Amino acid sequence: MSDFEYAPAPESKAIANISKDYGLFINGKFIASHNKKRFETINPANEEVLAKISLADEVDIDKAVKAARSAYVKVWSKLSGKERAKYLFRIARLLQERSREFAVVESLDNGKPIRETRDIDIPLSAAHFFYHAGWADKLEFAGFGDKPKAHGVVAQIIPWNFPLLMLAWKIAPALATGNTVVLKPAETTPLTALLFAEVCQQADLPPGVVNIITGDGSTGAALVKHPDIDKVAFTGSTEVGKLIARSLAVSNTPVTLELGGKGANIVFEDAPIDQAVEGIINGIFFNQGHVCCAGSRLLLQENIHDEFLNKLQKRMSKIRLGDPLDKNTDIGAINSAAQLAKIHELSSSGQAEGADIWSAPCQIPNKGFWFAPTIFKGVTQAHRIAREEIFGPVLSVLTFRTPQEAIEKANNTPFGLSAGVWTDKGSRILWAGNHLKAGVIWANTFNKFDPASPFGGYKESGWGREGGRHGLGAYLKGAK
Amino acid sequence: MSLDIKKTYKLFIAGAFPRSESGRSYEIRDKKGNFIANPAQASRKDLRDAVLAAKNAHSSWASATAYNRGQILYRIAEIMEGRSEQFVAEIMAMESVSSKQAQLQVRQAIDTWVWYAGWSDKISTIAGSTNPVAGSFFNFTVAEPLGVVGIVAEEKSSLLGVVLGLAPVLAAGNCAVLIASQKRPLSAITLAECLATSDVPAGVVNILTGLSDELTPHLASHMEIDGLDLSGVDGKSAAALRISSVDNLKRVHSFSAEKSPERILSFMEYKTLWHPIGV
Repeated sequence: MSDFEYAPAPESKAIANISKDYGLFINGKFIASHNKKRFETINPANEEVLAKISLADEVDIDKAVKAARSAYVKVWSKLSGKERAKYLFRIARLLQERSREFAVVESLDNGKPIRETRDIDIPLSAAHFFYHAGWADKLEFAGFGDKPKAHGVVAQIIPWNFPLLMLAWKIAPALATGNTVVLKPAETTPLTALLFAEVCQQADLPPGVVNIITGDGSTGAALVKHPDIDKVAFTGSTEVGKLIARSLAVSNTPVTLELGGKGANIVFEDAPIDQAVEGIINGIFFNQGHVCCAGSRLLLQENIHDEFLNKLQKRMSKIRLGDPLDKNTDIGAINSAAQLAKIHELSSSGQAEGADIWSAPCQIPNKGFWFAPTIFKGVTQAHRIAREEIFGPVLSVLTFRTPQEAIEKANNTPFGLSAGVWTDKGSRILWAGNHLKAGVIWANTFNKFDPASPFGGYKESGWGREGGRHGLGAYLKGAK
Repeated sequence: MSLDIKKTYKLFIAGAFPRSESGRSYEIRDKKGNFIANPAQASRKDLRDAVLAAKNAHSSWASATAYNRGQILYRIAEIMEGRSEQFVAEIMAMESVSSKQAQLQVRQAIDTWVWYAGWSDKISTIAGSTNPVAGSFFNFTVAEPLGVVGIVAEEKSSLLGVVLGLAPVLAAGNCAVLIASQKRPLSAITLAECLATSDVPAGVVNILTGLSDELTPHLASHMEIDGLDLSGVDGKSAAALRISSVDNLKRVHSFSAEKSPERILSFMEYKTLWHPIGV
């Protein structure tokens, strides 16, 4: 009997009302950038242009910061927490109402599968606003003193891997704690942030409380250097995070950083193997591996290595790569040509340094940016693919014999964002959890996120936490 | 008549009191300009040895029970109490204060150890949480020690500044490398002698004397130091130190001269663990 083939099941694009071009969202209105410069945002699955986006420069940034300052002084700082909360609740509801549209636009602009935008990115974004709305009038109970104070104007720069979700992680706590915001979305994924600007209008959010300025790296660099910024929050690479930290070291402006990772996913011999295989797949191939907390190093106890890899490869062969809008798609497009080149470069280094490459057999579409799910066997700790963040669907497999060796290898990285532990033994989970130097530990699960759960890294994975009670501290003056 | 036995002021590294490996020392004088001593002038190599000692001591100190750490911190207070006269005399030699003020400073320093001793088994309760995530998971957050913390203590009150820097770092389960005040190092060295006899494991605290401008840049750039307390550094120098501390993204803070649980948490790191709930 032959296998049943999946019929195409594409989500309709009709719901996505993407304008031909977008201005900057400053002081509650969309306005043209002062130098009229534009750049294009494309669909990475077929390289078609989706819209023309304004490129903000210093003049536009100054305008946005002034709008945010004025909104802070005149309106937002005078509003009670109770009233701020209502705006956030409204935004949460509007996101839920328009979730289908947001999911489609996100998949088009980012390349990630609709299954993920529909089930994870968009609902979690709404959940972040709903969660933080409830904090706005309860901050004095959050453990940051009985009169917690906002910073004022916050500059926020977010990455392209979870465009709307990262916006929600940034804007929701900032507004709940009483700050106003100038946010710069990533160059390759500005659309859902601009759609979010419309949501702010629909919510009647006072003009200037949220400002969205689009652009490239130069826009972001100019934004953090603006002298009237009280706090900076950045999610992105460790390299850029350090540049920002250095540029703010003199003024000593408070900064939070969510940076890179090289998460270890440790599978002990007593782990439920089939469940662990699913967890490893989710850990590295979720969102094409464009995840800072991805489980990009698989640490297998030596005696289960062969059995485990057999099952993993069999499972990887069933992964469906293709049209991000198809509801059956597991892996979508790589977000950009530049990112694809980086993945190729690191992958080639893995081969050159002597690791064994294996890629799942899948049809790569003719247009767009794609990379088949790939594993490297026989990786050593010295290999670049074991040390550097690939940010793509590439898994490095290493082995260990004793639990101590597993921990030592897992911690042998300058990063410390996430780690996974797979074992049936409760005491071993807690022991490993104690010894792993990472901000988030997933035991017998991976890549789970929730607004109530603090997220952030040890060591060079960043400064501070986002989410939960702990995340509020980043947006309150003097909180540690 | 019998002659005073004068003390040789040395470094405190890995539980021992070595001279600087460089063989250097520098002269300190009291507030009237009289010669007091030639403390060791630590080198970059001494600093690296101190960091290594702190790093090696960290895992057992961090995994000691919080109750045990609390008792050891309290023990430091006990030992200091017996030496209070010496602390008072040294403060009066170096600082323009009355004997009453010096006594008060010693009192406050001892009380600071007692206060933080009590925090060691409470800070996690205050700072941790269980998080009600939307799913069938048990999810909790704990505060963990950061690792090795470099301290440049506030030097106006030379003993109190050192204790305000060290006590919260130790209560959290961190190890410390402290650079003593260049002009007023006596209290820090005498404190080291208390630490050495207070059941504080070797390497948990390391104290260097020498020239601040020579040592602090190496403290800021050392890749095995995880946190920095720059309370004793003035604004301009602090900016330069913050820049070099970015190389490994150290957690950098300065504090006012107050006791607070936030000061402990500044050098702790939040870890969140998820586990499925199921039968």
